Amino acid sequence: MEELIAQAAAATGYPASMVERSAAARAKAEGTTIEAVLAGWAGVEVPAAGAPAPAPAQAPAASAAPAGASMSLDDLASAAAEKSGMPAKLLMRSATAKAKAQGVAVEAVLAEMAGVPVPTIGAPAAAAPATAAAPAAAAAPAMAPAPEGVRTQRLLTVVKSKAIQQVKTEPVDKVNTWPHLVAAEFVALMAMTAFLLVLSVIINAPLLEAANFNLTPNPSKAPWYFLGLQELLSYFDPQIAGVLIPGLIGLVGLGAIPYIDRNPATRPSERKFAIMMFTFFLMGAATLGIIGSFFRGPGFNFTYPWTDGVFFDDLLDWLE
Amino acid sequence: MADDKAGLLERVRESVTTAPSKMRKSQFWESVFRPGSPFRAGYTDSPRGRSYVIMNNVLYHLHPVKVKRHGVRLSYTLCLGGLSFFLFIVLTITGIFLMFYYTPSEERAYADIEALATSVTFGTLIRNMHRWGAHLMVLTVFLHMSRVFYHGAYKPPREFNWIIGVVLLLLTLLLSFTGYLLPWDQLALWAITVGSNMGAFAPVIGNQVSYVLLAGVQISGATLLRFYVLHVLFLPFVIVIFMAVHFWRVRKDGGISGPL
Ligand code: HEM
Repeated sequence: MEELIAQAAAATGYPASMVERSAAARAKAEGTTIEAVLAGWAGVEVPAAGAPAPAPAQAPAASAAPAGASMSLDDLASAAAEKSGMPAKLLMRSATAKAKAQGVAVEAVLAEMAGVPVPTIGAPAAAAPATAAAPAAAAAPAMAPAPEGVRTQRLLTVVKSKAIQQVKTEPVDKVNTWPHLVAAEFVALMAMTAFLLVLSVIINAPLLEAANFNLTPNPSKAPWYFLGLQELLSYFDPQIAGVLIPGLIGLVGLGAIPYIDRNPATRPSERKFAIMMFTFFLMGAATLGIIGSFFRGPGFNFTYPWTDGVFFDDLLDWLE
Repeated sequence: MADDKAGLLERVRESVTTAPSKMRKSQFWESVFRPGSPFRAGYTDSPRGRSYVIMNNVLYHLHPVKVKRHGVRLSYTLCLGGLSFFLFIVLTITGIFLMFYYTPSEERAYADIEALATSVTFGTLIRNMHRWGAHLMVLTVFLHMSRVFYHGAYKPPREFNWIIGVVLLLLTLLLSFTGYLLPWDQLALWAITVGSNMGAFAPVIGNQVSYVLLAGVQISGATLLRFYVLHVLFLPFVIVIFMAVHFWRVRKDGGISGPL
């Protein structure tokens, strides 16, 4: 046995351990002995040793073959074709291949496909150059479907479905973008266009006298979205009002909000503190902006718009 | 004779009524409108047809095929982000119009703006639209930010899109600020003077930044050119890139947030 394995390994070029494993599997599947398989691979005579294990294959049906016996290859093929519904030509091809692979007669394979008893054949069909070794002769004529419990495929690995796809999201109620969202956007767009057109027809953009470096207007005001900051400048040191508050609170603080507010809730009732803080921030900014825009006059001193007039040039045209 | 006339009329009527459907089947028409377009022959108003309208269309760059039902309600986003974007487009169009008539030099700038009212067709209207549109955009961006806050829409996984939003807010303000100087009137000059004086207070870098932005220690003709280039080229270029990332993240972060 050891020697046979070594010979087979040498002949095939595979490691001995693998040759032994696969010979065992092959022998089991075909119902022959391991030695026979190995000898076949090694190309030597089968050792006489050890009585070849009786093949578990069904006894050859040679004895009783009333119907199948008289059938020719073509008849068998067409019978098989009729049964399986596949073209005879294809069946013939596959039966030949199967017969060759298993070392049995083509007739036997076809007969099995057709579901008729296996015909007796004189010489094992020429189409099947049975496995070289001798014991094959004993086992071969009997068509050897894999014995019970033997599988010809191997399990390589188990891939759990979870590893490939994870279903994370729950189904949500969705609608087609077209026409539902596109229509809503179109309406918003038209409304905005109309609003902007009307605004532009009734109010003219301001244009004062040409720029003059020698004539500082009183008051001098920044663009309206900076007037809150300018207002702050009249309370605090410029380092605080012009740098610390807009830079640190305005930009960095605003950007950091998602990392400060760790509360995952989005329902307003569950995030009252955050809403309160942001609302304070908005109100503060709006208040400062409104004071800076409408309650500051010459010298940026406090005025009441209803007594001293409005010093807000952006809306000059509208105010006049 | 009368029969001939009736026959001719019939033929004319037929070719007029079939012309649209023939046109829709022409090679030219089909090359313009991709399969699935509602303008193509054979469009059916089915769920499949509706999906194709978006999927086979340039709109697919902006919208997914389906959106959450609550996100479509105008009352959820108030369309504020979309309107900010739309105003940006309006500003680009009107801005290009204004560029035809404007020279960013100390000598010409003010006169060019004045001339819009007197010698350019629709000059005043376009200038007004550009100006009020800019103010409105600052407003809609600000309101959009507030709506995002009140919906808690900056929470994971949308934190970074909020930061991109803050950059967009800053860029919007800078666009408005640089544009403010361009008319070169007293309002422009002194508002920018006050504004940039505030910036110069920044520790360490304040003076350097102000020097680079103003192209000197004080506002001058060089500042005008610098603000002009920033306003018509640099800042729009940068803001478009940030907007693209912003919209892309809205999609990738799972679409619009909510429902609450
Ligand atoms: C040029 C300025 C901006 C444009 C054009 C813009 C555009 C948009 C658009 C079209 C959306 C889709 C949803 C909607 O319309 O509300 C959106 C969502 C969003 N925006 Fe903006 N945005 C701008 C500025 C900002 C600012 C200043 C912030 C915050 C500081 C911000 C943060 C967000 C966030 C977090 C979302 C996701 C909201 C959600 O999923 O509900 N964006 N933006």
